[in-house]
Amino acid sequence: MGLDIRWPIGLMFSLVGLLMTIFGLVTNGDAEMYHRSLDININLIWGIVLLIFGGFMLWLASRRRGEPGSPEKK
Amino acid sequence: MQVTLTWLDYLILLTYTGFVVGIGFALKKYMRSSSDFLTSGRSLPTWVTGLAFISANLGALELVGMAASGAKYGIIQANFYWVGAIPAMVFLAVFMMPFYYGSKARSVPEYLKMRFDERVRTLNSISFAVMTVFASGISMNALAKLLHLLLGWDYNWSLWICSFVVGVYVLKGGLTSAIYTEVLQFFMIVLGFAPVVYLGLKDVGGYHAMTEMLKGVATNPAALHLRDTATTYRADAWTSAWKPLLAGPAYNPMGVDWFAMVFGLGFVLSFGYWCTNFLVIQRAMAARNMTAARNTPLVASVPKMLFPALVILPGMIAVALMTMPNKGYRIPAPILDNAVYAKAMTVVAADANAPADQAFKDVSAAVGKKMDAVKVAALVKDFAAAPLAPDVFQDRLWNAVAEYDYDGTILSLVKRYCPPGLLGLALTGLLASFMSGMAGNVTAFNTVWTYDLYQAYFAPNKSDSHYMRMGQMMTIVGILLSIACAYFASMYNNAMDIIQLVFAFVNAPLFATFLLGMFWKRTTGTGAFLGLIFGTATSGVVHALTISQGNAPGMKGGYLGVVHVFPSEMAQNFWLAIFAFLVCFGLTAGISLATGRTKTDDDLRGLVYSLTPKIRDEGTPWYQRPAVIGTALIAVCVVINFILR
Repeated sequence: MGLDIRWPIGLMFSLVGLLMTIFGLVTNGDAEMYHRSLDININLIWGIVLLIFGGFMLWLASRRRGEPGSPEKK
Repeated sequence: MQVTLTWLDYLILLTYTGFVVGIGFALKKYMRSSSDFLTSGRSLPTWVTGLAFISANLGALELVGMAASGAKYGIIQANFYWVGAIPAMVFLAVFMMPFYYGSKARSVPEYLKMRFDERVRTLNSISFAVMTVFASGISMNALAKLLHLLLGWDYNWSLWICSFVVGVYVLKGGLTSAIYTEVLQFFMIVLGFAPVVYLGLKDVGGYHAMTEMLKGVATNPAALHLRDTATTYRADAWTSAWKPLLAGPAYNPMGVDWFAMVFGLGFVLSFGYWCTNFLVIQRAMAARNMTAARNTPLVASVPKMLFPALVILPGMIAVALMTMPNKGYRIPAPILDNAVYAKAMTVVAADANAPADQAFKDVSAAVGKKMDAVKVAALVKDFAAAPLAPDVFQDRLWNAVAEYDYDGTILSLVKRYCPPGLLGLALTGLLASFMSGMAGNVTAFNTVWTYDLYQAYFAPNKSDSHYMRMGQMMTIVGILLSIACAYFASMYNNAMDIIQLVFAFVNAPLFATFLLGMFWKRTTGTGAFLGLIFGTATSGVVHALTISQGNAPGMKGGYLGVVHVFPSEMAQNFWLAIFAFLVCFGLTAGISLATGRTKTDDDLRGLVYSLTPKIRDEGTPWYQRPAVIGTALIAVCVVINFILR
């Protein structure tokens, strides 16, 4: 199959991670909102984790782009 | 009880939906033949098929049910993964995949036809096709109900929209699309639920603190209304995977002995599921070559081994949280009807001056559940002082119920810990698990119908594009049938229980057929066919003649008389499977010896162990050889079990 699944996975998690990071930054210090997550700004932290994961997937996909092998018939 | 989603949560949900549908459309141009659509043209890399293998099995019911069992039984439930899944997956990879993949069969029933005959294939494909549709219907019903309760979404809309999304991407991109989205869903589930588990663990003070609290629970489970007053266990019952099991059925909350666990679950049931179920094996069959196919279950077993931390641990955290009064947490009670609330309110008002135990009895009768005496007394007293507002009253009455809806455990934790944003992510993880399970069922269903029933009986020798159209049509039919089953499940709960019971009967003996078929060339079609039928019948008869402690004869067995009483339902299930397996094994072997072979050694080349040239792994580096990886995985699994013994 010609589509490398790492592209959509990387893009999606980068996008969701970006959304959560920005939201986390904007709401940073909102004690009421983050009371339930034990006073941790979990949106910011987890948003960054998702960004790193998404970026890693994109990096893997782009690294393989030139090579013929990846997800194809052998 | 409900939570409200913010725009961000919806945006995350929409992003996910957009991507899975997008994958379907992106793959559309590659769908040129029926084999592209139904078998992915055998072209996918190992890590993709491996993660899809695990994801297709990780439906929403598994996510919800494992947390429930974690709360009910503790870490012992993880044996479903460590004793159950891992050895079976390694066995599939090392010994069985060569026949499935090497035979060029397009489905598991088709392998049965090559190995035995048309009868065995038809028996297996019909039971499998019916089973997938019901399995997906049951899971859809559960999900739509959950979304309704948690978010107030309309049952019908949830059902149809989720099905529609799955329908679109499977219809466009076929099996490849299902597999690709399953990989995405795998990451979604893991990354969506991991922070919830982390926050929960932090809240109870870490793993060690949690085990200390669970020790208190195990010695007096009645304090939390987890068991009857008479029941106590050893202190390590919730926190050790093996010691309570080896001590005997009376000492562990699951009520099973180690033999039933190892042989019944570990061997018969797990091998029967992982090594014969087309739903998961289809993923491995889509791999691009033999090594990739054999390594698929091995790749899958790595996350599988670690999943208890994600799916069972939350249940244990929930129980530990309940022991901390300052946390104000409880596993939710079963949902009560408005009529029940109204009735209870009049009773509470009328009993304002009645003695406490009389009031407790009346309220319990009105609610129809076990109640907490202290909370009921407080409620009656407060109500007598000043009538409570209806919503406050409902909340307090519901909290006084001393029974648990364990299936609500995981979502109650999501609600407790997730602020907007993370909430959207966790809910998307839940929806992803549901969709991956459903897409798995639908893609397995359309392949079995098209190749094993339609092509075999109704329209052989048609053009490939004909079968491709049939496959696409069956995708829609499969989804519509699942929706019908979901409505059926929502109306007739009991009927669904019976159906699931029958499936358990059908599955129990299956592995004996495959084991004999693959490793003994003398096994004949007649032997396999009759062995399967009588094996299934055996589980039915054993079920009818036995019962588990605390149950009345009826749905739970014993309706033809009680010959034996098992300590728990779980033990009954395991022993049922053991009997079915042994009967199927014995009969298949006996009848095979009594009947003449219909297949020559030549016919069976590539289908039976002794007649197939051994796969030579010399070409592959040692670290890619299935036998080496498999052994390493088993070793790691043993070490984990030893640590958590």
